Amino acid sequence: MRYSILQLARQALGRHRGWGPAWRDASPRDGYDIVIVGGGGHGLAAAYYLAKVHGITNVALVERGWIGGGNAGRNTTIIRSNYALPGNEPFYEWSMKLWEGLEQDLNYNAMVSQRGVLNLFHSDPQRDAYARRGNAMRLHGVDCDLLDADAVRKMAPFLDFDNARFPIQGGLLQARGGTARHDAVNWGYARAASALGVDIIQNCEVTGFVRDNAGAVTGVETSRGTIRAGKVGLAVAGMTSHVAAKAGLRLPIESHVLQAFVSEGLKPLIPGVITFGAGHFYISQSDKGGLVFGGDIDGYNSYAQRGNLPVVEDVCEGGMALMPMIGRVRMLRSWGGVMDMSMDGSPIIDRTPIDGLYLNAGWCYGGFKATPASGWCFAHLLANDAPHETATAYRLDRFRTGHMIDEKGAGAQANLH
Amino acid sequence: MTTQPFRIANGGLIDRSRTLSFTFDGKAYVGHPGDTLASALLANGVRLFGRSFKYHRPRGVLTAGSEEPNALVTLRDGARAEPNTRATSIELYDGLIATSQNRWPSLAFDLMAVNQLFAPLFVAGFYYKTFMWPAKAWEWLYEPVIRRAAGLGALSGAEDPDHYDHAHAFCDLLVVGAGPAGLIAALDAGRAGLRVVLADENPQPGGRLLCDRVSLGGVAGPDWAAAAVAELAAMANVRVLTRTTVFGRFDDGEHGAIEQVADHLPVPLPGQPRQRMWKIVARQTILATGATERPIVFDGNDRPGVMLASAVSTYCNRHGVAPGRRAVVVTAGDSGWETAADLIAAGVTLLAVIDTRNVVPDALAAPVRAAGAGVIMGGQIVAAKGSPLSRVIARDAAGASHTFSADLLAVAGGWNPQVALAAHLGHKPVWRQDIAAYALGAGPADLRAAGAADGVFGLAGTLASARAAAMDAIAALGGSAAPAALPQADETPHGVSAVWASGPCSGKAFVDFQHDVTAGDVTLAVQEGFTSVEHLKRYTTLGMATDQGRVSQVNGHGLLAAATGRALSETGTIRARPPVVPVAIGAFGGHHRGRRFRAERHTASHGWAAARGAVFVDAGQWKRAQWYALPGETHWRQSVDREVSATRGNVGICDVSTLGKIELIGADVGTLLDRLYINGFAALPVGKARYGVMLREDGLVMDDGTVTRFGPDRWFMTTTTANAARVMQHVDFARQVLWPEMDVAAVSVTEQWATYSIAGPRSRDLLAAALPDADLSNAALPYMGAVGLRWRGAAARLYRLSFSGELAYELSVPAHRGQALLDHLFAVGADYHLVPYGTEALGVMRIEKGHPAGNELNGWTTATDLGLGRMASKKKDFIGRIMAERPALIDPARPRLVGLRPADGASPVRAGAHLLRPGAAAVAANDEGYVSSACYSPTLGMPIALALLAHGADRHGEEIVVHDPVRGADVRALVCDPVFFDPDGERLRG
Amino acid sequence: MRIPCPYCGSRDSREFVYRGDAAPVRPASDLASDNADAMFDYLYLRDNPAGQFEDLWYHAQGCRNWLRVTRDTITHDIAGAVLARSGRAA
Repeated sequence: MRYSILQLARQALGRHRGWGPAWRDASPRDGYDIVIVGGGGHGLAAAYYLAKVHGITNVALVERGWIGGGNAGRNTTIIRSNYALPGNEPFYEWSMKLWEGLEQDLNYNAMVSQRGVLNLFHSDPQRDAYARRGNAMRLHGVDCDLLDADAVRKMAPFLDFDNARFPIQGGLLQARGGTARHDAVNWGYARAASALGVDIIQNCEVTGFVRDNAGAVTGVETSRGTIRAGKVGLAVAGMTSHVAAKAGLRLPIESHVLQAFVSEGLKPLIPGVITFGAGHFYISQSDKGGLVFGGDIDGYNSYAQRGNLPVVEDVCEGGMALMPMIGRVRMLRSWGGVMDMSMDGSPIIDRTPIDGLYLNAGWCYGGFKATPASGWCFAHLLANDAPHETATAYRLDRFRTGHMIDEKGAGAQANLH
Repeated sequence: MTTQPFRIANGGLIDRSRTLSFTFDGKAYVGHPGDTLASALLANGVRLFGRSFKYHRPRGVLTAGSEEPNALVTLRDGARAEPNTRATSIELYDGLIATSQNRWPSLAFDLMAVNQLFAPLFVAGFYYKTFMWPAKAWEWLYEPVIRRAAGLGALSGAEDPDHYDHAHAFCDLLVVGAGPAGLIAALDAGRAGLRVVLADENPQPGGRLLCDRVSLGGVAGPDWAAAAVAELAAMANVRVLTRTTVFGRFDDGEHGAIEQVADHLPVPLPGQPRQRMWKIVARQTILATGATERPIVFDGNDRPGVMLASAVSTYCNRHGVAPGRRAVVVTAGDSGWETAADLIAAGVTLLAVIDTRNVVPDALAAPVRAAGAGVIMGGQIVAAKGSPLSRVIARDAAGASHTFSADLLAVAGGWNPQVALAAHLGHKPVWRQDIAAYALGAGPADLRAAGAADGVFGLAGTLASARAAAMDAIAALGGSAAPAALPQADETPHGVSAVWASGPCSGKAFVDFQHDVTAGDVTLAVQEGFTSVEHLKRYTTLGMATDQGRVSQVNGHGLLAAATGRALSETGTIRARPPVVPVAIGAFGGHHRGRRFRAERHTASHGWAAARGAVFVDAGQWKRAQWYALPGETHWRQSVDREVSATRGNVGICDVSTLGKIELIGADVGTLLDRLYINGFAALPVGKARYGVMLREDGLVMDDGTVTRFGPDRWFMTTTTANAARVMQHVDFARQVLWPEMDVAAVSVTEQWATYSIAGPRSRDLLAAALPDADLSNAALPYMGAVGLRWRGAAARLYRLSFSGELAYELSVPAHRGQALLDHLFAVGADYHLVPYGTEALGVMRIEKGHPAGNELNGWTTATDLGLGRMASKKKDFIGRIMAERPALIDPARPRLVGLRPADGASPVRAGAHLLRPGAAAVAANDEGYVSSACYSPTLGMPIALALLAHGADRHGEEIVVHDPVRGADVRALVCDPVFFDPDGERLRG
Repeated sequence: MRIPCPYCGSRDSREFVYRGDAAPVRPASDLASDNADAMFDYLYLRDNPAGQFEDLWYHAQGCRNWLRVTRDTITHDIAGAVLARSGRAA
């Protein structure tokens, strides 16, 4: 059933008894052309684009819990394409373009809101680094502006310009950046994929892989039985190492916890997304009015989906240093998600050394904004056995060849990215 | 000034002898010490407190505690305005100002209530189905309207004028909650000699002992509590924290707690923090957090005048307020009957008690019948009507309808043990059918629940439960106790049944009050497939309000279970996450804001530099002198150009104390250094220094610096300022983890030495005058030589090192003598035209010399990229050696360090610009590199820059386009050798 | 989180710098053999287990010892810690 204001009005007359399930809650069949493991945004988007773009509809998506229950539903909802390195920028810009048409494509309001992403700088070297990044974006045809302190003051007069330990010198603004409603993205992809024939199978945990004599993966063992598959794609960021180990793969990934926070609802206050350049703090305001903010990862390997106080304090110190008006705003809820921290801070979308097994992983704490392009490129890889043109750098063997994509220049230590 | 028409003449814990004045929405009222804002407004007959989130429905007070979802107000005004503050938790003070929220133009007449007309459209998730066309309209039309309508209170936008403290505590046992269970547990543990912290969110300990008409050992509840607190306060091993909410539980017994030090005052006293965040590390924890009463879902259950029964009892018994004149009680268990008795005692006309069960203990029903109130057993509440409440419609077991003309409806839907803290570390509550609630299952070894928090709802049972928990905790801590007999308490009946909804729920029957989630929304969500508790929460926003589902969640799960044919043990519940109650962001931040956000490190001569007009720049936490402005210099370039020219012309001095310094001692230091640096050190003679480059294990450059050998086993390493801590960690990693067999000790001495670079053609003359005993000849102290000496009786070290390219020295003295040394050097330096120079001039001179610094040691460069590849030894292993040989890292097309000078000799080249071939389109495929460092060179009389350019080493002399579209037009530049000045190094060897 | 430093006693994790998995062993410093594969493995590949784990912590604001801590990555429970220089934890 198509969603629209007219449909909504019509259903209201019938006391909304006419709405059906947003997606079919499917049970597994014997086999599929492609099985995608992981019902987060990336897996759901890949399933959708397989059906929509490549016409491959004999697809199952298996999820051990409920779709969108991992990082896809536990993030700070920021979308942007402001990267410095050529391996990243075309991919994230492709994602941004997909965001810009997503709601019409899915017929689902994901509340994609392009209210701008402003990265503040506080020193000359930081300004030059942002200029380098901004220039790289322009070379890729992506708009951005390097603002001085006066321009920042006009946009965000509530920032601490006068009493700051690290005074604000300016910022790099991507006006097309912003936020989207994370749950709606998941549900929108699920609904659209299901409508095209994809089986979305919840509460179905992958417990192993089916291998043929040559070692190729030909299916998955699950808590709901064996499912044969022509190809299997993993999109289980956070748990990638754990699942890949069932196929004998060791990966350049560590799992780390990232916390995020939301405040009580307030009348509109923060225009877009603002990030602090002298500490770990970024913030936006949801349509419901809550301030949504976060900072650095806790820093130790963890699968716990929860963090500790030092990072909570560090984030709030950054918030108070940047915008001391939020002192009396109350933090309502915190949560923790488990990140695939890769060894260079960038993702992997590639075939694995095992035939039939494909990998979408290593999203660190930046996976949400990548959702559409990640799904698009993973679907492309699964359908064509070749990387999409915007994702050619996301190879698994890049660490061996030295082609790391290290935006921070932090080196081979996962928690530094 | 109005009277207080609903104030009860006697009783309660308020001080009627004192009157406090306050205003709500500009209207003046009075109350008494002991009141909350809610109780005082109720005493004044105020029923309407706020408007709901979506439909802007009029709302009153539902609860008497921190779980209040409806009565949110903005407390205070101006910069201290605090939106979304629960009227039920605000202690009344004289002069209090509160304002209602989320209404326009007024609370009584709110135009946004028009939203209720659209309620048929505004069902759960409606916004996902519309507002999609046209795409661009979201940002300029739909979203601004939605955002303005949403949100609760407004923030002032002014800086928070108050400050927040942090405190740490360590204890054997943390008892959370000072109701009867918490007091017993704390007394038992305190008497057993354990270190105890007892924390309670209320200003006065006692919990329900203050709110229910109970006695212990013949002593009235409040008096017993006061005596218990007095005993605890007298124990040196016990700390009682009132107004303190334990909001989170973290690893290894760490708890976060927030103490509202001054929230009950108009403004904090001078020097007093508004709040204090406690981090309490406890070996054992007892949750004596009680239980929260839950409402029942029925039509009109949100109308002002519908209140939780426990809240009604609290207002009557504790605050001396009758929340209405004519009351009806609806209950799913025994506790509602106690409220009925409380209402009778308070003089309220009790019209009826409706019990959803068929049987009630006679002892509870007798007083109600005696008062002449109706009793409907096996009854149902159907609807509440009127705003504020005027009619209550119920149905009896036979199906007959009864309408009561009531202004108060007390609802007792059952009790939810407060075990959220236990869930923070992942311990899921389990469904217990016997108490119709989720409770703590098999908990962690260091935590137990007691009393109502453990599902024990009667008073005598609570005391016994607390005793048992305390004994368990004491035993777990290795202690022992022979406790006194528990005080005698009546075992109050506490039967309960599971009732989530009642009546048709066809109109506005609310599950989540604040977020306006109705029973119909739950049904719709299930119909659309959102059947997991997480999907239900996210699709309807049930449980996401400021009470975090404390009031709404279990009812929502009950309705979900019913709609999907599952048991509540199958649906499970939402994992509670910190904080238990919302906590001010300022409290987490503490004192780390403004200039105190991060520590500021000053070198020994910071004050001296400031007095000389230095402008400081941040280098990590350090403040370094960037340049020294002389009177008359109006632009920083004037100062920097002068400092460079003066140094190259005569002599200048620069404070380089911030460089990292590591002293290394041991027989194997040389071997270790060989592993740490790409070049060799083991053969470095005593008295010599050597420049070294350090790689990360992945083959990229980590840092550079010098190492000096002062003795066979004694070495001294310097690092860049930025990497000081990281290199220290790296050295310790190498000597402790990688090669623990090596005999090497290492210690950071960065703060121990004050170090000054003395550079320029007259530096030797200056030092000769300043250190007359030192032999500064080329023979005694050649370039890259070092010598230990004494200055004014203390150890000093003199190195002949140069970053500027001039004849130069670095002189180190103990940090506390740094200032004296500078004074001495400038005293003798006047004859040599000595000037101080800052980091900007230092940067100019290093760019002129082509030395890589932080902008080039950026984590992306190899030694070869920086022109340092030839330093790498082929005769030894070193960290990064193998990975540096990966194909992408030895690709000749990699950007290599070059110099740039503007083709026109004048146009500035900026760092951060990219490099394109002349004529090439400005697209990423043509990107050939970037400018890493740039400056104006007074020595060359033109702007110069260092850049990393593809095939750079082979392109000297080529013209290139410097592309900087975010800041300005393209500039043409000539590629050149990165060493602009004195390429043969004649000056530094002079 | 509190780290049981063998030298300083139980200390707040705020005093420590974290590195990661303690299991990988750096290949021998041997110029002759081509140990690029072993070095790649050491530097990049991780078991990343969900459960019991040994990781490296540096007591930067304490004794400056590197510690090998036995910790569960699901519960964060810490079973013990030894000085890294003393070898593997029992």
